[in-house]
Amino acid sequence: MKRVMGAALCALLAGGIAHANAETKLTIATVNNGDMIRMQKLTDDFTSKNPDISLEWVTLEENTLRQRVTTDIATKGGQYDVMTIGTYEVPIWAEKGWLAPLDKLGSDYDVDDIMPAIRSAVSKDDALYAAPFYGESSMMMYRKDLFDAAGIKIDGRLTWDQTLEIAKKLHKPDEGVYGICLRGKAGWGENMALITTMGNAYGARLFDEKWNPTFDSAEWKAALDMYTNILGNYGPPGATSNGFNENLSLFNSGKCGMWIDATVAASFVTNPKESKVADKVGFTEAPCAATCTGANWLWAWNLGIPMGSQKVEAAQKFIAWATSKNYLELVASKEGWANVPPGTRMSLYQNPKYLEAAPFADETLLAIDSADPINSTMQPKPYVGVQFAAIPEFQGIGTTVGQQFSAALAGQMTVDQALAAAQSGTDRTMRKAGYY
Amino acid sequence: MENKQSPLGYISFSIFAWIVGLLIFFPIFWMVLTSFKTELEAVSIPPSFISFDWTLENYAEVQERSNYFKFAMNSIILAVGSTLVGLVFAVTCAWAMAFNPTKRTKDALLWMLSTKMMPPVGVLVPIYLVFRDWGLLDTRFGLIMVLFLINLPIMVWMLYTYFKEIPTDILEAARMDGATLPKEIIFVLLPMAVPGIASTMLLNVILAWNEAFWTLNLTTSDAAPLTAFIASYSSPEGLFWAKLSAASTLAVAPILVIGWFSQKQLVRGLTFGAVK
Repeated sequence: MKRVMGAALCALLAGGIAHANAETKLTIATVNNGDMIRMQKLTDDFTSKNPDISLEWVTLEENTLRQRVTTDIATKGGQYDVMTIGTYEVPIWAEKGWLAPLDKLGSDYDVDDIMPAIRSAVSKDDALYAAPFYGESSMMMYRKDLFDAAGIKIDGRLTWDQTLEIAKKLHKPDEGVYGICLRGKAGWGENMALITTMGNAYGARLFDEKWNPTFDSAEWKAALDMYTNILGNYGPPGATSNGFNENLSLFNSGKCGMWIDATVAASFVTNPKESKVADKVGFTEAPCAATCTGANWLWAWNLGIPMGSQKVEAAQKFIAWATSKNYLELVASKEGWANVPPGTRMSLYQNPKYLEAAPFADETLLAIDSADPINSTMQPKPYVGVQFAAIPEFQGIGTTVGQQFSAALAGQMTVDQALAAAQSGTDRTMRKAGYY
Repeated sequence: MENKQSPLGYISFSIFAWIVGLLIFFPIFWMVLTSFKTELEAVSIPPSFISFDWTLENYAEVQERSNYFKFAMNSIILAVGSTLVGLVFAVTCAWAMAFNPTKRTKDALLWMLSTKMMPPVGVLVPIYLVFRDWGLLDTRFGLIMVLFLINLPIMVWMLYTYFKEIPTDILEAARMDGATLPKEIIFVLLPMAVPGIASTMLLNVILAWNEAFWTLNLTTSDAAPLTAFIASYSSPEGLFWAKLSAASTLAVAPILVIGWFSQKQLVRGLTFGAVK
């Protein structure tokens, strides 16, 4: 009897060990957006090709995710094997040695197909530290029917002055249409994303070569004057509460003549299930001013592996699957070409099926191609990033400055006061952080 | 002295109470209503009250995407577990403070409460490191410990208030009859303090159920409760209000039902000793 029990125990242990060997569980932290949710639904494709790997998804709201993965990676908590991180985090974390280089993505991965701007944003010393899942820039979406009715024709890239004139013509609040919708909600990833690109267009920069903030410059004054004027006078009421989603719902309800925001919005505003104006939307590049350099932002959600992870090989397999050309075809076969994650691979923009399904493809490609995180300002700068500076201090600086600019938009302080407050606050932070 | 209220005052007070009640209930009502709308209808301006195409697609998608019952089970275990552990400590602590006070009892009580005023993010990294080193990350046990500790000051305060209302003579009589300390607490004190203990437990269950900082930061999947379930439906890019409302409705449903059935106990306990 003892022998039988011993044999059974051995068999059980052996089975357990075999099972443990057979399955590597990857815990993946991700944000909640359409493309990521679609990826979760297609998990079976990956697990059927890799039966020894199982996937556990942890979906979180963007700010919670950022706090959660930052805590985990900084303390080497080891809770996640794959993390969804933005182009802001990648250079900082790669510099700190927190991310594992992605050097085993496979021979058929075709890393050269990744858009150069995005690739440079997620690389350090030519090594990839995260693989882009989807990328975006910013552009203008406008109502073709309202433009036609007002006799407005777009000839070449608009300037902010021209955009202001168009906003004046389209602004008819009595009829429920506002000239322009822009981000007004305070935050480094909210209003500051737009205002920084406006600043770039007016020739401003966040910091000079010696890391001194430059909010006291004439260029910033011109940019913020334009922002408060155009949005304050020709935008929707309560614009200081509007972020991406609020403007998306305003635009989809037919209440915005123009909207300058992320290129990913294009698929939402042209989707008849979500938009009342799906067939009336035109696309063009974001406006310029003194220059077009840095006038549109660059962002990508990427998949990275925390350094010290015990499952790097399996994690790289998953990342290679999720960010490959084959994955795009898989999504297209299941959900249609219009639902393919955009903005990462050049081959997608040469695919006639995608170009046919996505009328905004050309403008998206143009916007992403023209955004360069290294050379995004007219004057030289010491930081990487178009709409942000990839330094740890920027999140705090961006949020505080964003609050001051939002207060200027609300009329609680003047543009000069907001810029002075931004200058002194940023100067204090940079001094404390030891930049000078 | 009898306090007689005029009919007009009674009616005015009733109307006022109803208005306040409806105002408080309105966000919950709106959340439930939104959960039956499409994403486009959820954000349409002006919003529609009843005249929209009612749909269950949000609930279907939430069910398809997430394992609701796993999250709900974790919420129940964390809320009930932390309450029961907390009760053991809070009863003994409140007994000592109510029946054997020292010069510093009031100060100790205030100090305990003051720990609630500290922003939790201030101790996130140290606690995260402790959890990492002790292997408590993403475990129910670890989270029960945290929830019990953060709610302990409230439990002690509430029980202390109830225990103060109980005459010391009764406990002394029990002692004279030979009751040991555990027997005195279990067979004499606790039966007299049932309403207070019940309301303390209910309040603690609600607080633990709604806790959304530690439960989000110390869990990933195995111990993640309904707060993590709701957080997964908020989106930075794309319309999400209808799905988020459906997820939130599912998340608050159990606690809403418990609250509804136990409201008398809760109100009685919370107002215990307030009017003499």
